[in-house]
Amino acid sequence: MIRFARLLEALALTPSRSAKLRLLADHVATTPDPDRGWAIAALTDSVGLRNARPAMVRALVQARVDPVLFALSYDYVGDLAETVALIWPAPAVAPDAPPPRLGEVVDRLSAAGRAEVPGLLEGWLDRLDAGGRYALLKLITGAPRVGVSARLAKTALANWGGQPVDALEELWHGLTPPYLELFAWLEGRAGPPTPADDLGLRPFMLAQPLEPDDLARLDPAAFRAEWKWDGIRVQLVGCGGRGRLYARGGDDISPAFPDIVAAMPGDAVLDGELLVVRDGVVAPFSDLQPRLNRKTVTAKLLRDHPAHVRLYDLLVEGDQDLRSRPFDQRRARLEALVARTRPDRMDLSELVPFTDWAALAAVRAGARAAAIEGLMLKRGDSAYVAGRPAGAWYKWKRDPLTADAVLMYAQRGHGKRASLYSDFTFGVWRDDGTLVPVGKAYFGFTDEELRALDRWVRSHTVRTFGPVREVTPALVLEIAFDSLQRSTRHKSGVAMRFPRIHRIRWDKPAAEADRLAALERLLVPGT
Amino acid sequence: MSVLSPPVPPRWLAVHPAGLYVAPADLYIDPTRAVPRAVVTHGHADHARPGHDHVLATPETLAIMAARLGDRAGHARQTLALGEALTVGGVTVRLAPAGHVLGSAQVVLDHQGCRVVVSGDYKRAPDPTCAAFEPVPCDVFITEATFGLPVFRHPPADGEIARLLRMHALFPERTIVIGVYALGKCQRVIALLRAAGYDRPIYLHGALVTMCRVYERLGVALGELRPATGADRKALAGEIVLAPPAATRDRWLGRLPDPMIGAASGWMRIRQHVRRSGVELPLVISDHADWDDLTRTIDEVARAEVWVTHGREDALVHYAQGRGLSARALSLVGFDEETGGDADETTPVPDEAAS
Repeated sequence: MIRFARLLEALALTPSRSAKLRLLADHVATTPDPDRGWAIAALTDSVGLRNARPAMVRALVQARVDPVLFALSYDYVGDLAETVALIWPAPAVAPDAPPPRLGEVVDRLSAAGRAEVPGLLEGWLDRLDAGGRYALLKLITGAPRVGVSARLAKTALANWGGQPVDALEELWHGLTPPYLELFAWLEGRAGPPTPADDLGLRPFMLAQPLEPDDLARLDPAAFRAEWKWDGIRVQLVGCGGRGRLYARGGDDISPAFPDIVAAMPGDAVLDGELLVVRDGVVAPFSDLQPRLNRKTVTAKLLRDHPAHVRLYDLLVEGDQDLRSRPFDQRRARLEALVARTRPDRMDLSELVPFTDWAALAAVRAGARAAAIEGLMLKRGDSAYVAGRPAGAWYKWKRDPLTADAVLMYAQRGHGKRASLYSDFTFGVWRDDGTLVPVGKAYFGFTDEELRALDRWVRSHTVRTFGPVREVTPALVLEIAFDSLQRSTRHKSGVAMRFPRIHRIRWDKPAAEADRLAALERLLVPGT
Repeated sequence: MSVLSPPVPPRWLAVHPAGLYVAPADLYIDPTRAVPRAVVTHGHADHARPGHDHVLATPETLAIMAARLGDRAGHARQTLALGEALTVGGVTVRLAPAGHVLGSAQVVLDHQGCRVVVSGDYKRAPDPTCAAFEPVPCDVFITEATFGLPVFRHPPADGEIARLLRMHALFPERTIVIGVYALGKCQRVIALLRAAGYDRPIYLHGALVTMCRVYERLGVALGELRPATGADRKALAGEIVLAPPAATRDRWLGRLPDPMIGAASGWMRIRQHVRRSGVELPLVISDHADWDDLTRTIDEVARAEVWVTHGREDALVHYAQGRGLSARALSLVGFDEETGGDADETTPVPDEAAS
C-alpha cells in the first residue's frame, strides 16, 4: 500500500507520458505479486471496491479528532480524503503489525460485510503513513485519477516485458486482476495467457495524415473514399450473445453504452465511429460528450443522446478472422452482414464515389455537415494491420477554419517547457467590448516563436494566479481549428475542435480581432 | 489566587506597531521597522530587518545579517551567545537555541518573577546544520504558528531525501532542481543529502552561494558545491541543482536539460499548494515546528499562558485553551507577507510577480 501510494503521488505530478511509463515499469519491476497487479487494476479502475462511503470515513475521523480542529482543517484543505489522511492521529498504542499490502486491502475488503468495513479501515489507517492513508481512502471511495489510461498501463507492461503492446492488447480482455499469468508471461516464466473467450480487443488500424504532395503519386483507382466522422473510433466485439465496446485507447466502455451493446449483430468484430444520431442526422461531437467518461448511464442520457455506430470495417465474422483479407473483400462482407442483420443503432459508412483526385477534392470542399472532419482514403487491397502502416490509409482533413483572437492568459508548460509560458488561452470580443475566452492552444508555433511569446507574456503580465498569468489584451493570434460547435460548458457558448496557433499577428491591433458574433457565423449548421 | 503566582500577563510586555516591546529594557524583539534597540531571533528577512541602531543577536545571526544587509545590518551590533544571559533595565535576557536555522534563538525574558519565552521561528526535528531546540519552561510562551493546523505533520526528512534520490536514480538523464530558501533550507537539504551518502557535487543558483559560504565559515561542512550558472548545460544532466523557489518558475530554468522541478517546504504537505506551485517532486521538509511539535512544546513549557503569533492562530489557541491554559492570538504585523525571494516559509506559494 505504501509503494502504491508513492506511485500514485508520482504519477499524479508527472505530466510526461514517457515519465509515467517509466514510473509504471519501475513499479511492476520492483513490487511482488499480487500487489503490482492490483496496482495496475486500481489505476485502470478495474478493482471495483465500492463498499466504503465518505460518511463512514467522516464518522471514523470524528471519533478520533477534536471537532473544532477537524472543521478548521477540513476548511483549509478542502478535500475529505486528504484531510483525514493528514490529520489521522497516531494510535495510543503503536500497532504491532506492518502497514497493509495493497493485495491484503483488496482481498479483505472484497470479502468483508458492510459492518466489518469501518473496523478494517480504522486498523489500516493506524498502520499507514499520510500518503498511504490518502491512497487507501481514494481507492475505496473512488478511482484515483492520475492520468493513466488502460492503453498507457498496457504499454508500460509490454515495454517492460519486451512484448509488442498489440499482443498484450489482444489477450488483455481475458485477464483478471491481479494478472498473475500475465506477469508470469512477461517475466518469461510461462507462455502467453490464453483468453477465456473471444471478447478481446483487436488492435486498431490507424490512418496517416495526407501530406499535400501525396496525391500526385497515389493512384485514385487503388483507393476507396469515406467520410471521416467526428465522433470516437470504437470497436464492437460480439461473441456468444455477449458484446463489448472498446474505445481506441483500449478502454472497455460497454457499461456506458448498453444501447450499442444490445444491438450487436451476432458473433463479429466491427470497426466504426461512435456518434450521436437523431432522425438520421449526425449530431456534432459536443452532443456525444455527455455520454463519454462515465461508468454508467442514466435513462435520460440514453434518451436525449442516442448513441449510434457508423460501421467502417469488419474484422471477424463468426470464427473467421478477416483481417488479412483486402479491404474490398471485408467491405463486401460488411455490406452483406448489415443487409442481412439490419442492426439497430448502426449503419454503413457510405463509400464516396470519385474518379480522380480533383473531383474528390471538390466533394471534400463542399462538405459542410456538422460531424464531418474530412475524408478517409483506404487502399482497396489493404489488410487490417495494427498501428499506422505506411501507404495504406490516409486521413484527408477539411481545411481548417481560422479566426483572429486575443491572447488572455498563459500558463507555464511542463518538462522541457517548464521554464516557458506555452499554454495559451485566447478570446474574442463581445459586443459590450469585453473579451470572452473561446479556446486554448499549446502548439502550432516554432521554438523561436515560443520564446518570443514567452517574453511577451512576461512583459505584459497584469496578474498571476499560481502558474497562470493574465496578460494585457494586446496580442492577436490567428487560430486555426477544425470546426466550431455550440457548447454550454464554455462561457462564450462556442467550442473549437483542435485549435492551434496558426500565426502570431504581431502587427494586428487587438481591437481588430474577431467578434463573437462573427465567430458564431462559423458554427456548424444544426448546432 | 496564590500569592506565589507571578503577575500574568506581564504588564511590561506590549505589542506596538513595530512589534513586541519590552518596556523596562526599551527593546523590541524582531521589530518589523527600524528601532533604536532590537533583539533579533534569526537572520530571515522578515525577522532581521535593516537599519536598527543597536542589534543584539547570536554571533551566527549577526554574521548572517552582515552578509545579507551589509552596512544596514545595524549600527551597533552586540553578540550574545546561545545560553548566555544579559541584564538590561532589570530584565534578564537569555538566548536559547530554537533549532530553526543556524544561529536561531528563542528569547528568554525574566522580570519581576515572571518568565516569558519568545520562540521566534523554531523546529524540533533534527537538523545537522544548527543547535537543537531547548525547551524552556515559562509563565508566558509566545509561539509561532506557521503550521498551526493538525493537518501539518512533517514526515521524517530523511524519508523525503530518500524519495528524491529514488527519482534521481530513475531519471538519470534529467536535472533535478529543488526550490529552497537561501538561508537554512538550502544548507539543511545539502546536509541531508550528504548524510544520505550523496557525495557528488551539488550545483547552486547564484543567489544561494553567499549563505552557503557563511555556513561553511561558521563550521558547517557542505561538501563540494558548484555554481549552476555558467555550468555546461550537458554537464548538468543527472545532477541535483538547488535554486530559490522563484527561480524554479523562471526562465532561469531554461538552462537546465529536461528539469524535474521539486520544492522543499512544509507547504508541500497540501496537494493544492503542490498543484499551484507546479512541482513534480514535492519534498515535505520544513524548518518550522509541525502541529505535533507545536502542541508538544506548549505542553512542555507553558505554565500559564500562550500567545500565538504569525501563522494559523485559531487552532493552536483552541488547543491551548483545551489544556487549561490562557491563550490568545497576538496580531503582529509584518510576518504574514512575502518579503522577498528568500524570506522563509511564511507563505505557501509566493506570488510569481513578487519574485
